[in-house]
Amino acid sequence: MATHTSAAAVAGLPQTMRRPGGVLSVVQEWVTTVDHKKIGLMYIGYALIFLVIAGAEALLMRVQLAVPNNHFVSPQVFNRLFTMHGTTMVFFVGMPILFGFGNYLVPLMIGARDMAFPRLNSFSFWISAFGGVLLYFSYFAGSGLYGAGTAPDVGWFAYAPLTSKVFSPGHSTDYWTLSVLLSGVGSIGTALNIVATALTMRCKGMKLSRMPLLVWIYVVMSGIAFVAVSPLTAAQIMLVIDRYLGGHFFDTQAGGSAVLWMHFFWIFGHPEVYILVLPAFGFANEIIPVFSRKAIFGYPAMVAASVGIAFVSLGVWAHHMFTVGMGPDANAFFTFSTMVVAVPTGIKIFNWLATIWGGNIRFATPMIFSIGFLFQFLIAGLTGVMLAVSPFDWQLGNSYFVVAHFHYVLVGAILFMIFAAFYYWYPKITGRMLSEKLGKWHFWLLVFGFHMTFDFMHVPGLLGMPRRVYTYEADRGWGDWNMIVSIGAIFQTISVLVFVYNLVRSYYKGEIAGPDPWDAWTLEWSTSSPPPSYNFAELPTVSSRRPLWDLKHPDDPDSNYE
Amino acid sequence: MGSMWAGRFTATWNRATGGRLKPSRAVKIPALLAIWSGPYSTNIFAPKGTPAQSIFGLSVFVLGICLAIFLIVGGLLTFAVIRYRSRPGDEDSEPPQIYGSNLVELSWTVIPILIIVVLFLASTRIIFVTQKAAKPANALDVVVIGHQYWWEYRYPKLGIVTANELHVPVSDPEHPQVTYLTMSSADTDHSFWVPELAGKTDLIPNKVNTMWIDPTRAGLYLGQCAQYCGVQHAKMLIRVYADTPEQFSAWVADQQKVALQAPSAAEGREVFLHNACVNCHSVSGTDAKGIFGPDLSHVGGRATIASGAVQNTPENLRAFINNPADFKPGALMPAMHLNDHDLNAVTQYLSTLK
Repeated sequence: MATHTSAAAVAGLPQTMRRPGGVLSVVQEWVTTVDHKKIGLMYIGYALIFLVIAGAEALLMRVQLAVPNNHFVSPQVFNRLFTMHGTTMVFFVGMPILFGFGNYLVPLMIGARDMAFPRLNSFSFWISAFGGVLLYFSYFAGSGLYGAGTAPDVGWFAYAPLTSKVFSPGHSTDYWTLSVLLSGVGSIGTALNIVATALTMRCKGMKLSRMPLLVWIYVVMSGIAFVAVSPLTAAQIMLVIDRYLGGHFFDTQAGGSAVLWMHFFWIFGHPEVYILVLPAFGFANEIIPVFSRKAIFGYPAMVAASVGIAFVSLGVWAHHMFTVGMGPDANAFFTFSTMVVAVPTGIKIFNWLATIWGGNIRFATPMIFSIGFLFQFLIAGLTGVMLAVSPFDWQLGNSYFVVAHFHYVLVGAILFMIFAAFYYWYPKITGRMLSEKLGKWHFWLLVFGFHMTFDFMHVPGLLGMPRRVYTYEADRGWGDWNMIVSIGAIFQTISVLVFVYNLVRSYYKGEIAGPDPWDAWTLEWSTSSPPPSYNFAELPTVSSRRPLWDLKHPDDPDSNYE
Repeated sequence: MGSMWAGRFTATWNRATGGRLKPSRAVKIPALLAIWSGPYSTNIFAPKGTPAQSIFGLSVFVLGICLAIFLIVGGLLTFAVIRYRSRPGDEDSEPPQIYGSNLVELSWTVIPILIIVVLFLASTRIIFVTQKAAKPANALDVVVIGHQYWWEYRYPKLGIVTANELHVPVSDPEHPQVTYLTMSSADTDHSFWVPELAGKTDLIPNKVNTMWIDPTRAGLYLGQCAQYCGVQHAKMLIRVYADTPEQFSAWVADQQKVALQAPSAAEGREVFLHNACVNCHSVSGTDAKGIFGPDLSHVGGRATIASGAVQNTPENLRAFINNPADFKPGALMPAMHLNDHDLNAVTQYLSTLK
């Protein structure tokens, strides 16, 4: 494929920049690229590598916990495993993979040729990628000159004062702090870019009220990132001051406050959940209508619900702190604010249901993953309501019930929709279809493994098993449940291997997709697959939310109804 | 007093469940769940104290509502997916396009709001009943201090200091007996969780929290630290003994005695007092006044050592003193490297401290 800068192509200049082929030139091309599609793909590829690493960490933990009093790994190793698993999955899998899809799709869906700030885009990616490398470099350098290297073992929310010099000597916590801080810088940069792109680069005729819901959601998600990532960054800087400059923000032995860290962390940490789940909603908003063959039901309500979730999400953080002794008034307040999230979220579920209702559902792989998402997200939402009931949380908080609940959100909802997005947009990205047959194997193995693991994981929580224990007593009756949970993890692993095989095999042998394999309605399907580096030879003009519907049904265009 | 607590519970239950669910019927659920549990239950649905009981009542109510929502919404989804599947011939035409309906959307905004208002009111009642309950005049006070990786219990009015095994009097409806726990931490965050008695409360350095328990049946209740506190978080186990009034008085009398100075264990006592043991451990009536480790004045009377990690047998005690990492790698007590003679002597001495 010829490589040329979009500027040159747009201006129609002769291609004098063609470089000789070879590995180095390919590397140079990817390292120096500012093309939003290439940066998006690098985000996704980098996230997939970390997904495999963090998934392997999860498997090791499941081996350790399969039976009581197991000695497969030492407590020190186990504590590093859950710290690295959580930190990696949130900051170096979830965020980059979703920013990757955003990067790839937002300009294409609004009929633009690139992001608003291509160089900032490249900077954001590389600084985030450096953060991930730094986190894992801690395995070699975490102890500094004190001895063998170690990774951080303070948990992904790193409660004070466990992170102070006294309890965490060496440099493992510093690597954690710096990698999270760098990831935050990258996130802010990309969020800024997405907002600027959506606000200023839309094609002719695309009013905000005609913007695809996925783009709307990326704007809202970026808005949350501005507000939520900053307190995390501030807290990390305060922690560095504590550890190296004699500060006492979180140093309880010198009068600092452990609870202060919790507030800082969760005012980031809970909105973070919505940063991750909103793009999954965005994928569902694009995929469910196309495979139900109907327009999304209640577009304005879907936009309002996304904005509503964003606002409410900023006022619920202390539901992670129902047991820290905030007092009955604060507990009641955060019980209410947390439950309020259920209203806009409920609107979304019902609107998806109404979109399906009366449609002609085509059960292609993207759609079956979306249907799995709908059921699993419903359950995740309901266990979320249970945890919002603060007295119930006094029992369930920090137990395996919580671990099961948030994996239902992160895997059952978010990861399922990420897979749906892969099957849906892979043809656009590569020009070839993913194998439907392998896709269905992937789906059913994952559904089976997911439910085996995470349905049964609720039970030891109800039976009193706390999270983050490297082993447990044999006489508590938790052993059988944990064994089932661990076996389920094996099925999930196999399903992911099938997916990776499908990604590689289909790249070479997949059916040729053509520009619009799904008979879809948004602008990315109006250009070739894969799109040229300049995206659109001629910038499109739209007059409704579904420009390709209008094109395919000139007698009955959407613009008549909006 | 008793009727006040019992009455308050009944009222709470009825309000939380809307009076529809009688406790007698709900009791069958823990009985079912008990099959899942081992000999000692840490099941949150098998409450044996007022706070756990009122949480349980609320939980059943919330679970019921959530189950109903799941059945309705899940049923509609299942119906829609089956009913509106694409059939042969559908490929040629598109179904009617519907863009929304304000009335329908308003209904699925208002109904959830009503549900959360109900859930919020039911929750708030239990929050206040539990966290704003007046402290009865006869309440027993215990100060709980979390340490990396063990529990310190102090009974200020009784002059008792002990570790890892909390003794409290049982509470019966005729003579309710509440134990008030005042909690903090000496190092990192911890959380006190005995599921059958109450929800968890965190122990946080520089902060004082309180909670109360009133076990309604005599016996042993298990739990463990529920906030990640470091390497051995998993082996920071909790044992709460709910004693009958007679047992409790006897236990208090034993604990108030100065540690036994058995002549037969004089040699072991000398080893103990002339080694680093005294830097961290206290034994009443001796020069050992360390405060970093568990008080050992009556260690021989405890059922377990190492914060519940192993049974308190002479063999285990000897092995633990020799190298604590055998049972608890990462425990803060260093390996003592005593010779066999001293190790045996000190083990024998500690075993006499009933």
